[in-house]
Amino acid sequence: MIAFLTKRLMHALLVMFIISVIAFAIQDNLGDPIQQMVGQSVPESEREALREQFGLNDPFHVQYLRFAGNALSGDFGTSYFYREPALEVIARHLPATLELVFGATLLIVLLSVPIGVYSAIKPRAWISRFFMGASIIGISIPVFLTAILLIQVFSIGITVSLFPESTAWGAWLNGLLSTDGGMPSFGRGQDLVPVIGHWETNLASLGGLTHLVLPSVALASIMLPLFIRLIRAEMMEVLQSEYVKFARAKGIGVRRIYFVHALKNTMLPVITVGGVQIGTMVAYTILTETVFQWPGMGLMFLDAINRADIPLIVAYLMIVGVIFVVTNTLVDLIYGLVNPTVKLTGKPA
Amino acid sequence: MSTPSSSPAATPAGGRWQRLRDSYLWYSFKRDRGAQLCLATLLALVGMALLAPWLAPTDPYDLAQIDILASELPPFWIDGSDPAYTLGTDAQGRDLWSIILYGTRVSLLIGFGAVLLQALLGVVFGLLAGYLGGRVDALLMRLADIQLSFSTLMVAIVVGAVVKATLGGGFYSDYAILMLILIIGLAEWPQYARTVRASVLAEKRKEYVDAAKVMGLKSRRIMFRHVLPNTLSPIFVISTVQIANAIISEAALSFLGLGMPETHPSLGSLIKAGFDYLQSGAWWITLIPGAFLVVLVLSINLLGDWLRDVMNPRLYKG
Amino acid sequence: MALLEVRDLDVRFALRQGEVRALRNINFTLDRGERLGLVGESGAGKSVAAFSLLNLIAKPGYIAGGSIRFDGQELIGLGERRLRRIRGNRVSMIFQDPMMTLNPVLTIGEQMVECLKAHRRIASREARAIALHKLQQVQIPSPETRLDQYPHELSGGMRQRVIIAIALLLDPDIIIADEPTTALDVTIQAEIMTLLLELCEKHNVGLILITHDLGVVSQVTQRMLVMYAGRVIEAGPTREIINDPQHPYTQGLMNALPQMATPGSHLNQIRGSMPPLSQLPSGCAFHPRCDFVTRADGSERPACSRQVPDFVASGNCRVACHMVAEMLAQEAATEEDRP
Repeated sequence: MIAFLTKRLMHALLVMFIISVIAFAIQDNLGDPIQQMVGQSVPESEREALREQFGLNDPFHVQYLRFAGNALSGDFGTSYFYREPALEVIARHLPATLELVFGATLLIVLLSVPIGVYSAIKPRAWISRFFMGASIIGISIPVFLTAILLIQVFSIGITVSLFPESTAWGAWLNGLLSTDGGMPSFGRGQDLVPVIGHWETNLASLGGLTHLVLPSVALASIMLPLFIRLIRAEMMEVLQSEYVKFARAKGIGVRRIYFVHALKNTMLPVITVGGVQIGTMVAYTILTETVFQWPGMGLMFLDAINRADIPLIVAYLMIVGVIFVVTNTLVDLIYGLVNPTVKLTGKPA
Repeated sequence: MSTPSSSPAATPAGGRWQRLRDSYLWYSFKRDRGAQLCLATLLALVGMALLAPWLAPTDPYDLAQIDILASELPPFWIDGSDPAYTLGTDAQGRDLWSIILYGTRVSLLIGFGAVLLQALLGVVFGLLAGYLGGRVDALLMRLADIQLSFSTLMVAIVVGAVVKATLGGGFYSDYAILMLILIIGLAEWPQYARTVRASVLAEKRKEYVDAAKVMGLKSRRIMFRHVLPNTLSPIFVISTVQIANAIISEAALSFLGLGMPETHPSLGSLIKAGFDYLQSGAWWITLIPGAFLVVLVLSINLLGDWLRDVMNPRLYKG
Repeated sequence: MALLEVRDLDVRFALRQGEVRALRNINFTLDRGERLGLVGESGAGKSVAAFSLLNLIAKPGYIAGGSIRFDGQELIGLGERRLRRIRGNRVSMIFQDPMMTLNPVLTIGEQMVECLKAHRRIASREARAIALHKLQQVQIPSPETRLDQYPHELSGGMRQRVIIAIALLLDPDIIIADEPTTALDVTIQAEIMTLLLELCEKHNVGLILITHDLGVVSQVTQRMLVMYAGRVIEAGPTREIINDPQHPYTQGLMNALPQMATPGSHLNQIRGSMPPLSQLPSGCAFHPRCDFVTRADGSERPACSRQVPDFVASGNCRVACHMVAEMLAQEAATEEDRP
């Protein structure tokens, strides 16, 4: 276990090092703090003096080490736009994104396991076929389009007049297919409850929760079908295995076979893939937050790109890097705890 | 791989067609209505995109043909539509049908281009890693792992953002197609590399590679003439999924303003442009291009699913 | 009455290309404490036969007809719940590859205790004690620590011992062992086989041993069935079949054994290979590979390629072969001639 941990830690450090070099290279090539500080009017000679003073003419590795040192102490520079420390800006936007990811993850976990398992056990049932069909459609709709559809249907509302309004059944069908809308689809709303520091939560009030619904569903919409299909595929493979056959030959009941013998083995690859997908989820928060104007890190990052706010971009990359590395390491740890073969060999068998 | 369509032996061109008709692939295709429908839809969309200049009633790139007064007209089945514009017009008064034809063309071009680049990079790196093993393998696969753990979309967004900031928005827009092909191509190569590597490792254990070695063939020749053909089947299968992914990635980048400019839109930038008018009730500007995008991606994905079931290759899991 | 009585067992696989008949007209009985060998090449249907006894064949396969009576109870058509009470309890199984048979994420103890709990109302502690006792019976070193270990911490030979222990857990009447030693190292094979034989003898457990190894069959079993392409082609006391095989296929199998060849000469092989079940030849399924389709005088025996041979009794054995039938008929005719 110790060897396993050390290995994961070394890996995490290596990844962080690569990210920091990339982030620094971006800052080094794109950001000109002198320009930002003094504007256009100052003559070149004075700028040069300032560059020298701030150490901008030092060799690359000296500057990188300074950058890394500052980053470790939480100093990513000052956002050009907000005129305050970049880390401060991110800290303000982080809770919104985390709550969105939390909402989506909750939906994914609660729905994907039962649906995936059921459609593996009963692949020919109509409900399994329905979910498989729905999941491939779900994969094929880009997350921002799902978000737009959700806004149209549940926030703006749709009026269907496909069937003749004059007949009773036509009116009934039209009414059934039409929606009133009214679900909030812009930002986090007013009902935020302060928790601690920058953290105001959507989770503690009904108004806050209703604001969270559509963005969470949109964000979950891309991962949910992936997980359903993954769990189904793995489960079906496990159900074909010799040890499941042997369990049947031992006279074990189906329920125990499905939920003890098969599910545990199914979840091992699902956990590994899940770790990677958390990374993907952060990328999709950029899209979801843009559509819903959800004031999280993703929207902030996109604004920073459009404003060429280099310190904020660099800080975002570093923080997202940390989030990825931490979650991936955690996932590896969980995998190691669940999979008995990891402990001895130091790597998954 | 036992699928006849990809077995390595070189056959005369005439025999190949015959072999395809005898193959299990063709047999399953003939029996599967869904697969036929998907292929027909896909071919129709590709055909529409290729023939856009002839099919489109107007040239959406030609500013002279745009009538700003005719903006936000609804499609034909809604009151207030103009019969000249079948699917209505967008906020700038461009004919939606025309611009969707051109947009599909851009989306497909970028999708195929990016996948070609991915496949090229991935196959080369995957073959190298799988065949040479050792340090090369460790280095390349570690790189692939790291890149994948960041998610390809994230990599594409960051690279897109940085490139745009470096080169300036105007320059980026002028070369957007090329840029997007490069960005999406670079972001997704690990998928191919891992799949190819997995198949190479499996093939390497088989006797014919040893036999080729014993016969004194150079390793490069063994790789390209003997191992590569046997990895074609999985490459073929993931390519379908990858094209769908690349089209979605392009749409996502364009939606974020890191892709095709609105003057030269792809389906993604059309959706972005239309989104601003959703609240004012002009849903068709965003949702009709969206529907085209979904049908395109869905037909590719369903074909990919079908292919995977039929060919059942060794795919890299996760 | 025999403990297990299989009559006209017919198993089919409903494949996309059409139905394939994996087993036809399988007949045999097993008495309490008796050991029966099922011999044949891979693909002959031995494993399908074993799995169908407890209705454990995987999906496209199904039992199309026949009768399996175990201890007076008909198993075909029996509900899943009732079958489950028999599986692992009164009839248990040993699988081929011990590396794949145990669930990698459950400890040995869990996998033994769950089996006991599936069939008996029993406290965990008591179940563990029984498990430990069975592990001692299969002579695993330090059995207490094994209970809390995972399968990957055990060698292949040890795992097969664990699986034998699981098979014995509920003191079954019959153990079905499907090639129990094939996947093991040669040095361990004899050890495991001897252990299995001893335990069966000691506890008076019936054994159905599925194998392609005639040597093992002759050492372990009292009666044997030789299978070819989904049918039994020769059945009888093991000793008689081994000493004097009647069917040309059984003879071929015997001649192919290394100890049968004179040193320095080539090993004798049966030419050709067994046809896939979906493309069986007409008549006797073995006739394309058979050396006795033409008689000694050079004339053809047309029945071989036209008609499926019926069983004829030869001594204590039953043989399905036109050539043997013809010879027996001739012998009977000459007997009658001599008063």
